[in-house]
Amino acid sequence: MIKKNDVLLKIRDLKIQGYSDETWVDIIKGVDLTLHRGEVMGLIGESGAGKSTIGAACMGYARDGTRIVDSSIEFDGMELTTATEADRRMLRGSRIAYVAQSAAASFNPAHKIIDQHTEAPLQYRLKKRMEAQEDAMELYEKLRLPNPGEIGFRYPHQVSGGQLQRAMTAMAMSCRPDLIIFDEPTTALDVTTQIEVLAAIRDIVDEFNTAAIYITHDLAVVAQMADTIKVLLKGEEVEEAATKEMLDNPKEDYTKSLWAVRSFESPQRRRPTDGTPPLISVKNVDASYTGGEKVLDDVSFDIYEGMTVAVVGESGSGKSTTARVITGLLPPSKGEVLFKGEPFPPSFRNRSKDQLRQCQMIYQMADTALNPKVRISEIIARPAAFYGGLKGVALKNRVDELLDLIELEPAQYYYRYPPELSGGQKQRIGIARALAAEPTFIVCDEVTSALDQLVAEGILRLLDRLQNELNLAYMFITHDLATVRSIADEVVVMQHGKVVDQGPKDEMFTPPHHPYTDLLLSSVPEMDPDWLTTLLEERGVDNVGDAAAARIDSKDAKVT
Amino acid sequence: MGDILGLVAKRLGLGLIILLVISVIIFFMVELLPGDIAEAVLGQGATPENLAALRREMGLDQPAIVRYLDWLSGAVMLDFGNSIVTGASVSQTIGERFANTLFLATYAAAIAVPISITLGIVVALLRNSIFDRVANVATLTSISSPEFFLGYILILYLAVKTSMFPAIASLSSDMDFGDLLYRTFLPALTLVLVVTAHMMRMTRAAIINLLASPYIEMARLKGAPPWKVIVKHALPNAWAPIINVVALNLAYLITGVVLVEVVFVYPGIGQALVDAVSKRDFPVVQACCLIFAATFILLNLAADVGAILTNPRLRHPK
Repeated sequence: MIKKNDVLLKIRDLKIQGYSDETWVDIIKGVDLTLHRGEVMGLIGESGAGKSTIGAACMGYARDGTRIVDSSIEFDGMELTTATEADRRMLRGSRIAYVAQSAAASFNPAHKIIDQHTEAPLQYRLKKRMEAQEDAMELYEKLRLPNPGEIGFRYPHQVSGGQLQRAMTAMAMSCRPDLIIFDEPTTALDVTTQIEVLAAIRDIVDEFNTAAIYITHDLAVVAQMADTIKVLLKGEEVEEAATKEMLDNPKEDYTKSLWAVRSFESPQRRRPTDGTPPLISVKNVDASYTGGEKVLDDVSFDIYEGMTVAVVGESGSGKSTTARVITGLLPPSKGEVLFKGEPFPPSFRNRSKDQLRQCQMIYQMADTALNPKVRISEIIARPAAFYGGLKGVALKNRVDELLDLIELEPAQYYYRYPPELSGGQKQRIGIARALAAEPTFIVCDEVTSALDQLVAEGILRLLDRLQNELNLAYMFITHDLATVRSIADEVVVMQHGKVVDQGPKDEMFTPPHHPYTDLLLSSVPEMDPDWLTTLLEERGVDNVGDAAAARIDSKDAKVT
Repeated sequence: MGDILGLVAKRLGLGLIILLVISVIIFFMVELLPGDIAEAVLGQGATPENLAALRREMGLDQPAIVRYLDWLSGAVMLDFGNSIVTGASVSQTIGERFANTLFLATYAAAIAVPISITLGIVVALLRNSIFDRVANVATLTSISSPEFFLGYILILYLAVKTSMFPAIASLSSDMDFGDLLYRTFLPALTLVLVVTAHMMRMTRAAIINLLASPYIEMARLKGAPPWKVIVKHALPNAWAPIINVVALNLAYLITGVVLVEVVFVYPGIGQALVDAVSKRDFPVVQACCLIFAATFILLNLAADVGAILTNPRLRHPK
């Protein structure tokens, strides 16, 4: 038996530089890290903190465009920085394995899952092909994948995201490594699926006493997984402590600010009682993409003036499709959308300019939603000119006013291009562009999902302030229930294209719930390190994620 | 698999429609040329009377649309009418020459495709090394020199100065296969030099394009050696663009050989086209153009099908 106190990985003064603008810039500025056998360390921090870069460096690997300089990375007595590339490579896959953020992108689409699984054991001649395949099936079973004997013989695109992520964990285990680097393994997953993967990872790491480095930006997740937590900020360590201590008693201000992020909550508004019709009313809408299956099935809900309706559900539940129906991008196959009680033409092509201006959109990926070759001033000015007919000085004043509104200094940002801005600033430009049309209703499609918690909170506060000042109604599409808690007035829960539950926020967050709402709510990780353990004990390991969702489905089927 | 058959059938149908449109264009382009076949046949000695008589005899007094349909129905049965110059059946004259061209193209392709794909993989593996740069410069040089120039250079060094290969690629029916390969080696080599660069660079680019993918990084972090990363993880996903550029070059081998055939006096369809144009032999020109168009469409179709077949998402639907 291996002694728990053996040091497996010792990193001293890790410095990593990245090449940008024709010079080498420090990304990691001297981080120390000590990991013992069987220990799980959580690395947390916002994007750009250098978590993934450190994760790769633990394998002696520098990503393209980066280099490791005067550092010491000692793995089980072997100095990786001075070892030859061939020696370093011999460790990868066999003794140190890697689980990537998006399994869907990290499995090679051209090969069967099991062939990718057995690649490393075959290459290192640890097992014969048949043995390796049998071992893979055993691991699949341990990770509670459905049909463990058959699932490996599928191609990655034939398997769901949560299953792929577990298959990738199995693949990392294929050579029984001493250390696994988990690089945000559940970030791309829905909350209900996340639980399955977390439980599977934790079990298997325990069973083989594998050491792990768990990289994430989600504190609640890391609390379930790690023995110790290290907080990073801009390539430097903030602090490190045992999980419990770190949660109960963070020392540094930055850590405390991370802990406090979820505190923002806007006061809940109520529907008007004087009989004014809703601003937007979705009535019995069915929709499908050209000739495909029904994506929306009898969807109905109302959005009142000046209120925020959060639409929640997992990916594929029809949230964004509903938004497309409201904005007229996808005419419904049945049902209609009313605006202040009047029918809205189903297709945006038949809507008048004034009708078009009422509904604006803010997108999830500000990066792709803003043309990188167009100046900020022009991006914002275009809708202002199109809808408002403004020209010359009036237009410039309006753009300045809008930039003021989103808290960006006009003189400083007027002539810039989107790539020169940070993620949060880009999202603010997206908001200004929507506001330029002077809408009454804005669809916010996962607007904070791609942002770090602190930045996301800034955006939420901004949206809330704008709502109060301009009396805007929001349809807030999200899968993050913390966001719902902070900004929503009413909540609509969607599953498989149907509205399964809806009501005011306070009612939605107090039991009794619809079973699916309950599943969603109970699946959101909490900061309590025993949360996952307790939940699994309550529900049983086979009653989480897809399995639990499927059970609810069949219940519904019986009722109808 | 049913999906794939459907896709292929759809592409095939589209190809036929395109071919039909092209046949219209070819026919009426020739129609637009000044003078008609009757004038061409009679030449200087034409009088209005015998011109009219000949036109009636050849059906030229019919409206263009009728003559087009007539020509089209013949073309479908591979009957392109008779040559004005020799009076022989066009399909017979061209058929043999087209076979020769196909032979030369296959010969060149059999050398060029494996070489350029292998080279492409090697330069992707050794990217930015000396070997990569030398291969790039060499192939770029060969692609940027006009093929007649390349042909003459090869003749000068491999035929005239060293007498290793014959300078003229004349064929006769009693040659055996080895002899055939030997005699047509220089034109084939010229074609190889012309098409290799394009295919090699595309292979390299298609592979390097994928190297930033997460699954390539994953392969590296699994400890796969560099050659395996390229051959096993990048290449299978790079086939679609490679197949496309290969098909385009194969089409060029058939339709673009005119100059090479002329330089080496090779009895292929390119020569036939040049002869026909200079002698205003309209039926032959039309037939050649239609064959070229069909080749292009067929090879592009093959590329599309190839790209579909190498895409696991289409091969193994959910």
